[in-house]
Amino acid sequence: MSEIRYSQDHEYVRVEGDVAVIGISSYAQEKLGDVVFVEMPDIGANIEQHKEAAVVESVKAASEVFAPVSGEVLEVNDALEANPALANEAPEGEGWFLKLRMSDPAQLNELMSADAYQDFLKTLG
Amino acid sequence: MTDPTLPSLRTALHDAHVVLGARMVPFAGYDMPVQYADGILSEHNWTRTHAGLFDVSHMGQALLIGPSHGTVAAALETLVPADILNLKLGQQRYTQLLNADGGIIDDLMVTRPLDPGLDGTLFLVVNAARKAVDYAHMMDRLPGGIRLVPKDELALIALQGPEAAEVIAPHAPEAAALGFMSATSSTLDDVPCHISRSGYTGEDGFEISVAADAVEKVWSHLLSDARVKPIGLGARDSLRLEAGLCLYGHDIDTTTSPIEAQLAWSIQKRRREGGGFPGAARIQRELAEGPARVRVGLKPEGRAPAREGVDILNDGTVVGQITSGGFGPTVGGPIAMGYVPPHLARPGTALDLLVRGKPLPARVCHVPFVAPRYARKS
Repeated sequence: MSEIRYSQDHEYVRVEGDVAVIGISSYAQEKLGDVVFVEMPDIGANIEQHKEAAVVESVKAASEVFAPVSGEVLEVNDALEANPALANEAPEGEGWFLKLRMSDPAQLNELMSADAYQDFLKTLG
Repeated sequence: MTDPTLPSLRTALHDAHVVLGARMVPFAGYDMPVQYADGILSEHNWTRTHAGLFDVSHMGQALLIGPSHGTVAAALETLVPADILNLKLGQQRYTQLLNADGGIIDDLMVTRPLDPGLDGTLFLVVNAARKAVDYAHMMDRLPGGIRLVPKDELALIALQGPEAAEVIAPHAPEAAALGFMSATSSTLDDVPCHISRSGYTGEDGFEISVAADAVEKVWSHLLSDARVKPIGLGARDSLRLEAGLCLYGHDIDTTTSPIEAQLAWSIQKRRREGGGFPGAARIQRELAEGPARVRVGLKPEGRAPAREGVDILNDGTVVGQITSGGFGPTVGGPIAMGYVPPHLARPGTALDLLVRGKPLPARVCHVPFVAPRYARKS
C-alpha cells in the first residue's frame, strides 16, 4: 500500500518513493460536479507548494489544482486529458492528474492522513 | 442587487428539492437547486431527450391591469419596444424594459390572457434579480388607471423537453394543444394554473404558473411520470446557452441595446417605424446604420471552455469580451457568446480567446448552437 495524504484544498498525494502522484479527492470531484476539461502543466516544469499545478473545469466553473508539495513535473495523465470524466469516476485512481518528483519530501508532514482528512471533512458540514 | 447580508428566500418547493437530493445554492436572493443527485450533464441530456422539470419560482410574476387592452398595452409600450397592442388573445411575446439610452433594464415575457373576460390585463414574467428594479421602474412611469400588481403568491415551474407535450397532455389537454408562445388558463389535476408554451432551453415545453401553496401537488404529479426528472439551475444555464438565449446581467445589461444583443427580431415593424419607447433614437439609428458591437456565438477550437469576462482578441488586440461561456453538453465541446465589432461578426471569422493568459483560437459561429425544437402551431 502506498501512502496517501491530503491537503486542506482537497488535493491528494499518493507517495511512490520520491514521486508524488497528485489528484483531487473524491470530496472535491463531488463538489465540482461533472469535470469537462483539465489543463496540465508542462513536463519538466518546477511547481512550488501551494501554487497552481493544473486547472480543472466543471460544467459550472474553472478551479485550480494546487500542488500539495513542491517538485518537478515528471508526467501528466494523458488519459484524463482525453476523458476528463475520469476525475469524477475514479478521482483517486485512474483520474490522477500529474506526477511530481518531490524536491522537499518533508512537506508531506504538513498534509493530512486519510483518517485526519475524513475528520477534516466532517468539520466542513 | 442582492444583499448578501440578508437570508436567502425560499421557494414553495424548497423542501421538495432537499428531499430530491438537490444541492442548494444562493441565486438572486433565493436558495435554489443548482443540481440534483444526477448532476448537471445528466440533467442537461435528460432535458434534451425526455422532459425536465424546473422550479423557476424565483422569477417575478406580475399583472399589469388597466381598463382595456388598448390602454394597458399603450402604457407598457412606453417602456418596451415590442408590439403589445397587437398581441392576440393568449399570445405571449418576449421584450425588454429599456432605459432612456436604449439599454436593457431587464428582459421579460408579456402575455395577453386568452380569456376575453380578462381584457385589460397583461401577465408579466421578469428576472428574479431585477424584480425590485423593474417594479419600481414601471410603477414610477405608469399612467393613472394602470396598476402593476406583483403576484408573489404564485410559483412558476417549467416542463421542458421533447416529451413535455406527451407528459402534460393527460393532465391538461388544452396546454398540449397550444402553439409556441401562446398561453391559456387551465387546470392541472384540478389545480388552477396558467400555462404557456415557452421556455428557456431551446426545447418544446411549458411554463406553469400556479399558486405557491398548490405547486407541490403539480410538481410531484409531473415528477411521478418516469419521463420527467427534476433539473437544476446548472443545466438550465447550459441548455439556454446552447439555445443562444441571453442571460440578464451577463449577455445583456443596462449598457447593451437590443440591437447590439441581436434581439431586433423582438421589435416588431410598427414599433421600429413608430418609435415611442425609451431609447428609440439609438435603436432606430442602430437598425439603420448598424450597432458598434454585436453579440455573436464563439466556438473555441480546443477543449478549454472560455468563460464570462474572457477577452476576445483579433490579431492580438482586444476587441470584446465573452459574456457567457462554458461547456455545451449537446454540442460536446466548449461554446460561448460575446460581443465583437460588426466587421468581425461574420460566422467563420477566426479570433482568439485569452484564457488564463493564453490566446486560444476560436471561430465566430451561428447561434443557437443546437437547433431549437420549439412547437410549431399545428
